[in-house]
Parts: sequence; C-alpha cells; structure tokens
Amino acid sequence: MSTSVSGTGAGDLALELKGITKRFGAVVANRDISLSVRRGAIHGIVGENGAGKSTLMSILYGFYQADEGDISVGGKPARINSSRDAIAAGIGMVHQHFMLVDTFTVLENIVLGAESHALLEPNIRAARAELARLADEYGLSIDVDALAGDLPVGEQQRVEILKALYRHADLLILDEPTGVLTPQEADQLFRVLRSLKERGVTVILITHKLREIMDITDEVSVLRLGEMVAHRKTDSTSMQELAELMVGRALDSTDYSRNEALRADASTGIDVQDLVLERDNGTRRLDGVSLTVRRGEILGVAGVAGNGQSALLDVLSGMTAPTSGRFVINGREAGPDDLPSPSEMRDLRINHVPEDRLKLGLVKAFSAAESSLLGYQRAERFNWRGVLRLKSIRRLCASLMADFDVRPADPRLRSASFSGGNQQKLILARELDKSPDVLLVGQPTRGVDIGAIELIHEKLVEMRDAGCAILLVSVELDEILSLSDRIVVMYEGRVVGEVDGKEADKTTLGLMMANAHQPQQAVAS
Amino acid sequence: MSEWLPSVFAVLDATLRVSTPLILAAMAGLFSERSGIVDISLEGKMLAAAFAAGSVAAVSGSVWLALLSAVLVSVALALLHGFACITHRGNQVVSGLAINILASGLTVVLGIAWFKRGGQTPALSGDARFSPIELPFAEQISDVPVVGRFYADVISGHNLLVYVAFAAVVATWWFVYRTRFGLRLRAVGENPLAVDTAGLSVSGLRYSAVAICGLLAGIAGAYLSTAQNASFVREMTAGQGYIALAALIFGKWRPLAALLACLMFGFLDAVSIRLQGVELPGIGEVPVQAIQALPYVLTVILLAGFIGKAVAPKAVGVPFVKER
Repeated sequence: MSTSVSGTGAGDLALELKGITKRFGAVVANRDISLSVRRGAIHGIVGENGAGKSTLMSILYGFYQADEGDISVGGKPARINSSRDAIAAGIGMVHQHFMLVDTFTVLENIVLGAESHALLEPNIRAARAELARLADEYGLSIDVDALAGDLPVGEQQRVEILKALYRHADLLILDEPTGVLTPQEADQLFRVLRSLKERGVTVILITHKLREIMDITDEVSVLRLGEMVAHRKTDSTSMQELAELMVGRALDSTDYSRNEALRADASTGIDVQDLVLERDNGTRRLDGVSLTVRRGEILGVAGVAGNGQSALLDVLSGMTAPTSGRFVINGREAGPDDLPSPSEMRDLRINHVPEDRLKLGLVKAFSAAESSLLGYQRAERFNWRGVLRLKSIRRLCASLMADFDVRPADPRLRSASFSGGNQQKLILARELDKSPDVLLVGQPTRGVDIGAIELIHEKLVEMRDAGCAILLVSVELDEILSLSDRIVVMYEGRVVGEVDGKEADKTTLGLMMANAHQPQQAVAS
Repeated sequence: MSEWLPSVFAVLDATLRVSTPLILAAMAGLFSERSGIVDISLEGKMLAAAFAAGSVAAVSGSVWLALLSAVLVSVALALLHGFACITHRGNQVVSGLAINILASGLTVVLGIAWFKRGGQTPALSGDARFSPIELPFAEQISDVPVVGRFYADVISGHNLLVYVAFAAVVATWWFVYRTRFGLRLRAVGENPLAVDTAGLSVSGLRYSAVAICGLLAGIAGAYLSTAQNASFVREMTAGQGYIALAALIFGKWRPLAALLACLMFGFLDAVSIRLQGVELPGIGEVPVQAIQALPYVLTVILLAGFIGKAVAPKAVGVPFVKER
C-alpha cells in the first residue's frame, strides 16, 4: 500500500521522511512513517483527529524529536531539534493557532527572530522593502503598520505566510489553514498557494477537509492511527476513497433529507423577537436577532466564528440575560427580566449541547459517570436526600455509553481521558437521553473524527424526526448544509440572510457570511 | 513668592532623593514583567543588596566594591527566582515571596553575626558612601531667579546614583522600544509560543531579563544603604519594592509612565515628611502617623480607582510549557 509516488529521484524531493516513529509513553503517535514530497508540489496530508498529523508536523518543526527515523530536506539529511533548525533548513510553518504577538505591528511580527541588526529601525526598514517585494511577487499585500491583533483572521494568516517567506522558506507547511476562514478567504488562500507553487515553493497542506485536498493538491498521503496508510496522486483518487482510507472502513453516504411528515403548520419551538445583547462597552454581540425554529426541524445558524452565534446560544440557554428583546422557548416566554435559569430550562425540556465542551459541557477532573450526571444531580433517581446514588449513576452512564458508542466504555474513567469525539458523544448522550422538546446545539462536531461525526449527525436527525426543534450553530458549512432544513446566516450580531436548506449552496452562504451578498439574490442562486 | 519658593524646592529636592530607589526598582521590575516573569521579590532583592552594600562598604571602605557586591547579590537572587520560575516553571508569586522572606531573615541573622549591632551595619563615611555631586555651573547660575535656583537646588547636588536612576529610565525606554532585544523582550511577555516558533529561546530571553532586573534592583539596594543613608538598617526597604511594583502597574508597564508614577509616590512621601508638625489652617496639627500613611492610602485609592484598566503583558505569570 505504502508505495511512494514513483518516478521521483532523490534530487527533486523537497522533503523525505524515512521510518519516523514517535512514542509518548506507551502510546505510539507516529509509527514508521515514510513520506516523499516532490519539490514544487502541493502535497496534502489527511487524517482524522488523533491520527498523528500534528505530531508529525511538530517533529518537522522541531517541537518534538523523533525516536527513530531520518529526515532529509532538499536531499540533505537534516537534524531538527528546534524551530531554529527548521527555519535554517528552509521550513516555514503556518500553525493552526497563529503565532503572532497581537500588540505588535505586522512588521514587528515579521522581523521577530529574523533581525540581523541589533537596533530595531534598520530591521524594520529592511523588512518594509522586502515585504513590498513579496507583496508584488505573490499577491500578498497587507497593511504592514496595522496591529496584528486588529487584523481579520484571513490577514493574520497572510502574516504567518509572509513570516515564513521572509525567512526564505522553500517548504511551507500549513496546519488546518481553512478552519477559521470564510470560503472566500479560503479561495484567496488557495490562489496564494498556487502562486507560491509556480515560484517553486513546496507546500504541505494538512487538513481533514477532503474537498480542499481534491481542489488544490497534486499528491496526497493518508494517515490513520499514527501510520501512513496510503500515498496517491490527487487526480487518480476520489473523496470517497480518501475518506475510506482515513477511517479504515467503507462509509455509507447518508441522506439526511427531511422527514416529510414535518407539516407546514408544525408548532413553534423557539420564537425569537428582536433580541439584543450588549457588551459592557455598549457594542452589540446580538443586534436585533429574530428567528423561529419549528418542531421537527433543524435550523442551521451559519457564520464565521464570533459573529454572535455564541451569544445567541448563551441567551437561549438561559446563561446570559439579553439587554432587550423577547423570546418564547417551548411555550415559556422570556425576556431581560424573566430569564429562566439553565436548570429551569432543563425542567422545561430544553436541552443544550454547548459549543465549548471542556468549559461548559463537562468537568475534566470528573469521572465519566459524574460528567454524565451534570445538570441532573437533583433528580430523585440519582439523589437520595442529598446523597448521590452512585450505582444508578454508573448504570446511567454505562447505558449512555452503549447507546452512543462512547469508547472506552468505562464510567469510572476521568472525563479528560476521553478523546474529543468521545467526550462530545457523552455530552450529546446526556442531553438527548432526556428526549427534549427543544435542543440547542453548538459546534457538535468540532474536533471530532469522521466516524463519530456520522453518529452524531444520525442522532440529531433522529431527534428531529421525533419532533424536536433543533437550533444548530456550526462553523462547518458542510455540516450546516447536510443537516439543516432552513439556514440563517449571522454577521456582526445580525441575521443577514435566510435560505432554504435544499436550495442553499456554499457560495451563496459564503458571501452572506462575509456580508458581501445582496439579500434579494439569496434564493436565486 | 520668594518666601515659599525655597520650601517648594526643598520638597522637590527631597522628591528626587526618595524617588530614586523606586525608579530603579520599577525599571528592574519592568524588565522582568515585560518578559513574563512576575516579580514581587524586588523588595527582597533590594534589601539583600542594601545589606551587601552596607557590609562591604563598612569592611572595605570602598563604595564601588559595595555597589559591585550589591549587584552580585541581587543578580544571584534574580537568577534563583529565574531558576524556580523559568527552568522549573514554579509559581512566580510563591518564589518571589520566598525570596523576600529569605532576604528579610538572612540580612538580620548575618548582620547580627558579623557586626553585633542588632542587625545594623556600622555607620559609613567618606569614600564608603556616595557623596553629592555639584553639577557644572550650579554655583554660577544660582543667582538667576527661579530657573537658576531650581538648577542649583533641585537638579544639582545629588549623589551619582540619583542621576543613574534617571539615566536608567531613558536607557530602559531605548532598550525596550528601539532595539532587537527589546522587541524580543516584549514579544516573550506577550506570546512566548510565537517567540519559540520564531526560533528564539524563551528561557534565554527570560533569564537575561531577570538578570537585568537583578542588576537594577541591586543598584537600588546600594542606594538605600550607601547613598540615601549611611548604613544598613534592618527592613530598611520598608515596602519600597512593592511601591515600585505598584508604580510599574500604575504606569502600565511603560518606562516613562512608571517614572512619573514613582515621582508622584516620591513627592507624596516628601510632602508627608515636610508636613510633620506643621499646623494646617483649619485642621490643626495632623498626627505624624496619618501623614506617614498618606502615600500608602493614596496608592490604594489610585490603584483601585484611577488607574483604569491596566493591561499587563499577556503571558505574565504563566510558565512557558512547550507543548501542543
């Protein structure tokens, strides 16, 4: 299986890995990995979360040292013990979480660590000239005097790329680069990557988004459970094949199309009228949001992260009182002065799967059984006059684990020891187990691997078909598109558009997310 | 006018003298905190340095040896703080507290063992102290009204370390904002991971920062026992390390603003000395204790109410753990 792409001599390889193995205690994160990346190619590396992509890249960038194996860069053997070594070898890295100093200007960020002069001014002057040249050559223009923290994420990423180019990187590694971008920003990034390729820069793109792999890469390697399981030329493979290689088994393509039993006159689960939530400084997280969710329907809330979706969930789940506006949720009217608390919400059969599962969903130090009880600790089943009934709690947890395929199925294990996907399944199991009438869901599959995504989606659709009103907030457009019956798009605290789930497409949504779309064309495309 | 001018000048003159250790300590703290290391051990470093200077000056009679030993002791404590906080990622407040307790106890114990004067060092005189420096032309222009007097009475006539403190502010500003080292220093206190991925050593930068912090705190300590006073007295720092830290926060970790804060604290201190025993119209004589408490009360009020939001270096107090 693991034949490297043929017809390449050692001379035209930008990067070659042989037998890389990395262990963390008893866990083998990378096992005997070999990889050949052709000079001037865009090479994709795909794999599920936890497949070992990040470990491999950390080894390449000197965060970790491999226990075994050899690395050669540009045909020469390389020892990479630190970021400094990696930079010297011509490797540039665009991390998933940007490595920028927010209070510095773009110029200061770029020269940091690459200053040749002991005084700041000459370095800044040299960088200004060099950046003008790079902007010209690669179409990477940017306001070099702006503070990095003030830039939109797309431009921050551009700063990261410029940082690498300023250090003369000829091998650029991008780790999940599109996770935080709008589709338009992602397109722009891909244009930049293509122009880098034209000028001989080798690009390694790490992602779990197969569409991107198909769009832009020349070759692709698949990681599964720490091993490199396949290398393919992109034009001789398909998304289906790659997905199966990643997961290691055949995947059914699931059709989540709506249960037509949903009647047009289905009663309303959530009705939000003109909701406003102000920050302390008077700016608005929510700026007059109105929407409705009917029973037996999934309303998808799309938008680039940070445009008010989280605020909406905070208010509807009873955690934050709105500044003004009212909403009716499962028949209970609520407003700034009479907001039901989260526990009242639970009594009203309104459940919430929070966006940030580690902060709001579970307590890391608790056992799985304790986490699966959170919010229901007062129920008589589990609580005898203030004393917890541990046995029935464990029984509950065990049955939740069985229903949602949580692995390992051990109620006594610490919540923190589960992978992100399994933590999420446990939280979802806890909330869905109460068969709510209204379900608020935030980022249900963030950091969750493909196998678990499938199960989570199925469970949500099951709930919908059972008549639950579901508000789904997600930054994953694919998820919104495949699950939602209707979709609203949020931008800067407002709902800027609504589209029927069947008629929606990525381009329209993307434009709406960037607020560059004329509403009257919303349905036309 | 000519009646009250001399007393105003006297207060300003005293302000410079009392501000000096605050200024040096605040600049010391600035280097440390800008690099991401909280330093409440300014107090302990100053105290230990003051003791070292007082002892060495008493024994050797050389103020320069005294200054050198003060700096060495203070840098050693700073590196100890660094070892705990940088190498071992310990809690920075606990480590600082430990150093303060260590300095407070050790100076007294050693002082009693060596000099047998209840923890005090022998009184210094002559070359064992920093003596006042008459600036050029001070005599000649002192007859010029106001400006000349100001130059002669307030600016001139201090010891070397007072001028060093002001030079340290300018130097600190220049280092932090105009040099490569300064850029890296500011970066490592804001986002050490960015510094690490840029191929720089986070520990290296932080160690250099705490070492510079030790150097400046050492000078501040030497000033206390060999310039402002003529011997070491137990607990002679009397919370000035904390006041300097407050001034640093008050100045939002910026050298010039911190200087102004130090001068303000110094001024309050100088005024309070001046007001002792003075009959205030309508109030009568204010108890000495109330006046002495004034700078501290004002510190609390200012810190609580008027400083606004002080945005600390983002990574201050957080040990750097290289992990993904």
